[in-house]
Amino acid sequence: MTTRITVTVNGEEHTAEVEPRTLLVHFLRDQLGLTGTHWGCDTSNCGVCTVTLDGTPVKSCTVLAVMAHNHSVGTVEGLERDGKLDPVQQGFVECHGLQCGFCTPGMMLTARWLLDNNPDPSETEIREAISGQSCRCTGYENIVRSVQWAARQEVTR
Amino acid sequence: MTTVEAGVAGGVGTSPKRPDGGLKVRGEFAFSSDLWADDMLWGATLRSPHPHARIRGIDITAAVALPGVYAVLTHEDVPGAKRYGLEIVDQPVLAMGEVKYQGEPVAVVAADHPETARRAAARIVVDYEVLPAVTEASLGVLLRHVPIRTGDPDATADVVVTGEYQVGMQDQAFLGPESGLAVPAEDGGVDLYIATQWLHVDQKQVADCLGLPAEKVRLTLAGVGGAFGAREDLSMQVHASLLALHTGRPVKMVYGREESFFGHVHRHPATMWYEHGATRDGKLVYVKAKIVLDGGAYASSSTAVAANAATLGIGPYEVPNVVMDASVYYTNNPPCGAMRGFGAVQACFAYESQMDKLASALGLDPVEVRLRNAMTTGSRMPTGQIVEGPAPVADLLIRVRSAPPAPEGSGDLREMPGGVSNTTHGEGVVRGIGYGIGIKNVAFSEGFDDYATARVRLELIGGEPAVLVHTAAAEVGQGLVTVQAQIARTELGVERVTVATADTSVGSAGSSSASRQTYMTGGAVRAACQAVRAALLARVGGARLDGGKVLSDSGAVIADLASVIGDGPIEETVEWRHRPTYPLDPVTGQGNAHVQYAFAAHRATVDVDVELGLVRVVEIVTAQDVGKAVNPLAVEGQIHGGTAQGLGLALMEEIQMVDGIVRNPSFTDYLIPTILDMPPMKVDVLEMADPHSPYGLRGVGEPPTISSTPAVVAAVRAATGKALTRVPVRPEHIVG
Repeated sequence: MTTRITVTVNGEEHTAEVEPRTLLVHFLRDQLGLTGTHWGCDTSNCGVCTVTLDGTPVKSCTVLAVMAHNHSVGTVEGLERDGKLDPVQQGFVECHGLQCGFCTPGMMLTARWLLDNNPDPSETEIREAISGQSCRCTGYENIVRSVQWAARQEVTR
Repeated sequence: MTTVEAGVAGGVGTSPKRPDGGLKVRGEFAFSSDLWADDMLWGATLRSPHPHARIRGIDITAAVALPGVYAVLTHEDVPGAKRYGLEIVDQPVLAMGEVKYQGEPVAVVAADHPETARRAAARIVVDYEVLPAVTEASLGVLLRHVPIRTGDPDATADVVVTGEYQVGMQDQAFLGPESGLAVPAEDGGVDLYIATQWLHVDQKQVADCLGLPAEKVRLTLAGVGGAFGAREDLSMQVHASLLALHTGRPVKMVYGREESFFGHVHRHPATMWYEHGATRDGKLVYVKAKIVLDGGAYASSSTAVAANAATLGIGPYEVPNVVMDASVYYTNNPPCGAMRGFGAVQACFAYESQMDKLASALGLDPVEVRLRNAMTTGSRMPTGQIVEGPAPVADLLIRVRSAPPAPEGSGDLREMPGGVSNTTHGEGVVRGIGYGIGIKNVAFSEGFDDYATARVRLELIGGEPAVLVHTAAAEVGQGLVTVQAQIARTELGVERVTVATADTSVGSAGSSSASRQTYMTGGAVRAACQAVRAALLARVGGARLDGGKVLSDSGAVIADLASVIGDGPIEETVEWRHRPTYPLDPVTGQGNAHVQYAFAAHRATVDVDVELGLVRVVEIVTAQDVGKAVNPLAVEGQIHGGTAQGLGLALMEEIQMVDGIVRNPSFTDYLIPTILDMPPMKVDVLEMADPHSPYGLRGVGEPPTISSTPAVVAAVRAATGKALTRVPVRPEHIVG
């Protein structure tokens, strides 16, 4: 049994047949081929599957694809605009905010949401924002610096 | 020695952007779990629920009958060697009549949907006769004993401290689970796209098990979502290849997180007994130690882990008399093998705890007692090996001690132990400071023929000089692709460098482990670049390269680099080795077993809620000698990340085993540090060149993981007064 859903992903409308049990992360990866959203733990702990749903970060392994019906999803593939990296993406490149890169898309989506809502966050606010997501490579220090770099870029822009 | 005079941007000693960074921030970097082939099938693995059982029979009828299932394979379907292993060929591809640990693979399935494959695996009926499980290392079968004897075994001392210490089973917990894609080839072989640390050691093992010559098993590195030692052994490499060859279809396998906990080796749990004897003024007279490591069901790299624990087991100290016995045993626990720090981590927790205990017995400051015994250049290891390179042990300790103290708490509840759980408003919170320093060998030891291969091609692309670097070295996140390009830029003075995807069409690079890959593959890339440069200069009788020009001895311009390459590209392949190492004497443990030593020190400041046993690490200060920071930003990243994994072992990370059963195979129950667990870190990087290594560099990845654990525990001890002889430290250890 499948259900027809329509989901706007990175501004583009997709209509697809999904099983009701299909998780949003698998819908994005397997049906839409958007493999920039990763899958890391099955238990909503690691946060590498973080995307935005109507602008708010969610762990896409905790959302059924059918729950995204008639909603808007943002993934890492939508961060770059008109061939220009988002300042958050630039920050992760500039500040060595990634090593293996598996957590990076999810971290960046949360960082984008943070800066959209709080353009000049304190270090504590940055740390709190990404506290639901794991990174095993960086010890988080350079992730914080990457987000700070992006915030500075945007404030002075 | 380099004869390139004009520096080119992005060379050695700078921090250029990662070549894979753009793909990674765009979500376009293909991790092994992202691979896709038309017409591919999905593999799944049936694993043993028992830590030890005899298999009376396997009935696959119901699995085969499920629509969408293309293959169900058991050990009988393995055409070549039935077993594999890094050091000892003892691990079955699929269980043969017996399972020896919970999670051991018994059968594999290929189906047209991952769910179908999993359901089919569940339909396989295995008739087990459950057997008693050996789950205590001391009751297991001995796998290797490494004795070290130096000086007088009966030496006595004025002040003696003894202790028993334990380290729990840590998991590498990389975020990108095991995954790969095997594609059957027309020549009867297989092309395997895989996340691994060492393509060629995988290739050999897979080829042996498939009964194929190595050239028919071609491996290409897929995107690696972290490694930390967990990808040094095979996981599904043979399974996916078997299924692909059996079905004639590409087969993809991806482990879920729970399966990942059973799909790779872990850090060896250890029990360690130490006795330190010292003079009244704090000079070590002797150390006696016994280290028992649980190797689990199969050998993996256990023999080398035991050697590291033994040879590095008294720490970076001068000790004239040593009696050390490190042993590793087979049990029915999960196989243990490589994890960042590799035997040095366990010992460091014990010897640093002992140094604190000694300081306390002597009434000395913990750093002071370390300084009085700190090894230095020319010191003699208990193996008899002389430490030739820089050994700034005292300097590192002084640096972390003299860093400004951590700031006082602001009173913000979020900064209290327990954080937003609002468990305290400051009552019962005690601050503590602790220190740790560790030693690690870099690269492979004990006479292992350790080499790396690099192919470097200098050519014109669009009329401009360009370099292509090709190695089989695994980029696992550490930044090796960046470093390879930096070295080529420095050696050839050409800014445009491409690093080809790692695969087995070029010779082995050895493993991305043992903190060795910048040293080894970096050394190979440098040597290959030097060979290219020599060939280039020979073409026109030049003496050196400068700013894209070939110069004569007198400095006159002979030719443009571009015009020389215009006569045809220059390509050189070089196999590069570090200085030889030697085996340990099996009775005395004497021998020049290691090629390089690396050191790091940590100071940890913690706040402990002594009533609830909650710990918050307030600050970490660390100092490490890296010889030469080839890429300073990447070096710092390694130190941050390594420190975090050591903090994790100190306070939260443990695979909890009960009677051979893993109780917590999930990220809900196996905790790794989040950003709220990680304090800000101050990193002090020393560059004291090693005269024997490329650019003087020293391996970076492992030392920070080694000394952060004892530093954090020492800080918790300082705050609580508890003995805390086991890591991870749990709340009940603090309040109990």
